Amino acid sequence: MISAQAYGGNGKVKEYHYTGPVEHKFSPYAFNGGTVLAVAGEDFALVASDTRLSEGYSIHSRDSPKCYKLTDTTVIGCSGFHGDCLTLTKIIEARLKMYKHSNNKSMTSGAIAAMLSTILYGRRFFPYYVYNIIGGLDEEGDSETYKQDTYKAGGSASAMLQPLLDNQIGFKNMENVEQLPLSQEKAVQLVKDVFISAAERDVYTGDALKICIITKEGVREEIVPLRKD
Amino acid sequence: LLHNLPQGFSFENTRRNAVLEANLSEKGYSAPNARKTGTTIAGLIFKDGVILGADTRATDDMVVADKNCMKIHYISLSETFFTLPGVAADADVTTQMMSSNVELHSLSTGRPPLVAMVTRQLKQMLFRYQGHIGSSLIVGGVDVNGPQLYSIYPHGSYDKLPFLTMGSGAASAISVFEDRYKPNMELEEAKQLVRDAITAGIFCDLGSGSNVDLCVITDKTVDYLRGYDQPVQKGMRGGTYRYKPGTTAVLTKTVTPLPLDVVDESVQVMDTE
Repeated sequence: MISAQAYGGNGKVKEYHYTGPVEHKFSPYAFNGGTVLAVAGEDFALVASDTRLSEGYSIHSRDSPKCYKLTDTTVIGCSGFHGDCLTLTKIIEARLKMYKHSNNKSMTSGAIAAMLSTILYGRRFFPYYVYNIIGGLDEEGDSETYKQDTYKAGGSASAMLQPLLDNQIGFKNMENVEQLPLSQEKAVQLVKDVFISAAERDVYTGDALKICIITKEGVREEIVPLRKD
Repeated sequence: LLHNLPQGFSFENTRRNAVLEANLSEKGYSAPNARKTGTTIAGLIFKDGVILGADTRATDDMVVADKNCMKIHYISLSETFFTLPGVAADADVTTQMMSSNVELHSLSTGRPPLVAMVTRQLKQMLFRYQGHIGSSLIVGGVDVNGPQLYSIYPHGSYDKLPFLTMGSGAASAISVFEDRYKPNMELEEAKQLVRDAITAGIFCDLGSGSNVDLCVITDKTVDYLRGYDQPVQKGMRGGTYRYKPGTTAVLTKTVTPLPLDVVDESVQVMDTE
């Protein structure tokens, strides 16, 4: 049945206008969802992520964590395009081995972050579609170093988590509140609570939460179930 | 007088909107889109009538806007018709229009309305708007011809079938129906099947979630089971996130007294029987 749009105002069929060459683009990227979060306190660091892998309106996997352990003191959270996440973490792990073999020691968290920056910039004109957050412990220096509780959220629900963390950890927009430093127990509870809230409102976040807790004893993992709808 | 009034939608602003959209995209912004809800809705015919089911999540792009919205609306209470707006905000207005039209038509014919009549009015309206009204619906009800189930698409086509699903979760739900549907099922078995189909959409489709609403329609009764099942539980938060009074900073405070005089006093007794 010919639709009404094919007819012009005078009742005759409209001339077909060729609007020039039409380009059908192939996109090398996909968005696989996922949220990552890192919090650093005085003697601990946490890197947390949900475990849902999605595409479009479907779920590929309910058990695909986005935290990758790099060394005994460093964990990276990567979300975005899963293909680039896997490739990027492979490249980082290879570079870590190369560094260890030539320098006879493991890379520090800060060094890994600096190296990641150069790796990502190397692809400035065809970027890795990955949101990265590195959490880790640095070796203690002899002198007193100024530390403050730091936190960053990345990935699909980052815009929901970041303002809440600014309020609860950074004590922003509040007055007459005792500004205690963040303890490990409170930080873990806070991370669980913010992910429960993110799973309510972000369709890409859910299924389960994996928290990697980094202390001088090593890396410990905790898994918490989240909404599956 | 009636002929002078413009009929249908006014398209005066289409040229202005096209210019605005071109200007915005030059700067790298995009115009706002109509909100799609992303949904799983389903209907089936059983021994005594029709059961309609829906999830309760409404999404704004990929953020949940409403965790418990109502997607089953009724057209005509006395004659047991219910429809399920599918995937657009147009659904509310469409349902209201149909509700009044059905009432007027049945007064004019002097007969109870038929499901086929509602379907025909809906599809004629949707076709007239050439798909610009983005409603997909399932219409279900029981009339003198027995229980009937129709699905209607935004461009105006319709299907009459014993079981149907629509929305972004339709594929998940139809697979459950294709596996277990039988004609002339008993009430409890049919309710369980619709619940399972909607639940498949809730878990496997990102656009659907939260609770299952059911509506059971027979020739004698209508049972609107809002919140029939809650397959997902909200996580319990461990910390408390309350703020003491005085936490929010008051930057400036201006007090303006309003001089008011009592002019008249009257008492009206409420009837609390």
